[in-house]
Amino acid sequence: MMNKQVRQLLAQYGSLPAALEDLGNDADLYAAGLSSHGSVQLMLALEDTFDVEFPDNLLNRKTFASISAIEAAVNGLVGERDAA
Amino acid sequence: MDLTLNASGADLLERARRVAAIAEKHADHVDAEGRFPREAVDALVSERLLSIQVPAELGGEDTGLPQIAEICTVLGQACAAAAMVFAMHHIKLSSLVSHGIDSAWHRSFMRQVVVDQLLLASATTEGGIGGNLRNSICAVSVEGDDCRLEKDATVISYGHYADAILITSRAHAEAASTDQVMTVFTRDQYTLERTHVWDTLGMRGTCSDGYLFKGQAPKEQILPKPFAEIAAQSMLATSHLLWGAVWYGIAVNAVTRAQAFVRAAARKSPGAPPPGALHLAEASSLLQLVKSSVVAGLERNEAAKADPELLSSMGFAVAMNNVKIGVSQTILTIINHALQITGIMGYKNGTPFSLGRHLRDAHSAQLMISNDRILANTSNLLLVHKQDTSLLG
Repeated sequence: MMNKQVRQLLAQYGSLPAALEDLGNDADLYAAGLSSHGSVQLMLALEDTFDVEFPDNLLNRKTFASISAIEAAVNGLVGERDAA
Repeated sequence: MDLTLNASGADLLERARRVAAIAEKHADHVDAEGRFPREAVDALVSERLLSIQVPAELGGEDTGLPQIAEICTVLGQACAAAAMVFAMHHIKLSSLVSHGIDSAWHRSFMRQVVVDQLLLASATTEGGIGGNLRNSICAVSVEGDDCRLEKDATVISYGHYADAILITSRAHAEAASTDQVMTVFTRDQYTLERTHVWDTLGMRGTCSDGYLFKGQAPKEQILPKPFAEIAAQSMLATSHLLWGAVWYGIAVNAVTRAQAFVRAAARKSPGAPPPGALHLAEASSLLQLVKSSVVAGLERNEAAKADPELLSSMGFAVAMNNVKIGVSQTILTIINHALQITGIMGYKNGTPFSLGRHLRDAHSAQLMISNDRILANTSNLLLVHKQDTSLLG
């Protein structure tokens, strides 16, 4: 579910030149063409969709390195939100 | 960070000042002719300042970025073009030191930089990419043990005079334009065919002509890290901070000249405040802002340098971008104050108060990586990065 949504948002906002279907969950998104502009747009979309806010310590390359990494970060934030 | 506080720092400063004395003598000729600052670079070589950043285990002096920045400022006061050559060389060297330290070829190359005092140049600009160095059109091709690269490099600063060029390209023929690597080619491994002539308003001595680059080298000369990482973790900060230190040096020299002018006027008519004194006070305040910005950037970089996550964080990128923007804009205002003070004597070439070269050199600061591009990048980051609200943090 989360994976599908993340992929959808990545396709919509990530401005990747490559087709998303060919990308594995652990594929390097930067090598696939994710730019700093694309990652910011994606992050805004994730914040809106999942009603979360990325804290400054997650605003780095690692968080957006792969689809799995994004999922893990968003899962963590959703968990924190629901616990609060 | 005062370099005179320890023996090795004081020694570095002495060496830098000897180079600056030579650079200063030739600065006007370098500027007028648009020629390479050969005397200054020869002096950098004989003072062995091209390899100070290399780790001691490889024969270098382990010199950190703050010390290198101080040397940039010393040189920037004498000859901005020579200072910029020194800065750009060390920006390239920082990529090797940060990202080539685990690679056998690059380690041995760094030893060679020490022994032969090699001058390193950069080829990141390419015809057709619109100035965004994080994109390449050309691709390196690996066949067997060798790699080949051909690049329409519209700018290679001092390319003709360099001993090696660090050049960016796509990682392979099918790679996305942002999937880049950087490769070291040594002088004997490439040819340069000049395509653009560097005849410019200022920074004329950097001789940043454009070339068609064709190179072939063993494939292990490709740096083992993606260029995206190199750019984020060593190039961004090192470039903005060392450039900032050079630009600060230009402004310092302009203010020094203006101050000499005001003092001479004050001596002629004791008791009456000399015209221009208020401008000097304003320039002094702005100069302090510029200095503080560069120093704060250097301190932040020192604090972050051991942590790749911090180095590639948005907050760090915003801070470094801000140093570049603030310094490059403010030095023009400072030099303009200095020009108001010195008047025609500053406007004319060949007087002790001449500021034409300073003003022209300083105008490059907003353009080498266009401020508009950097502001666009920062404004994008600020959509998510939260403003730092502390004073000391």
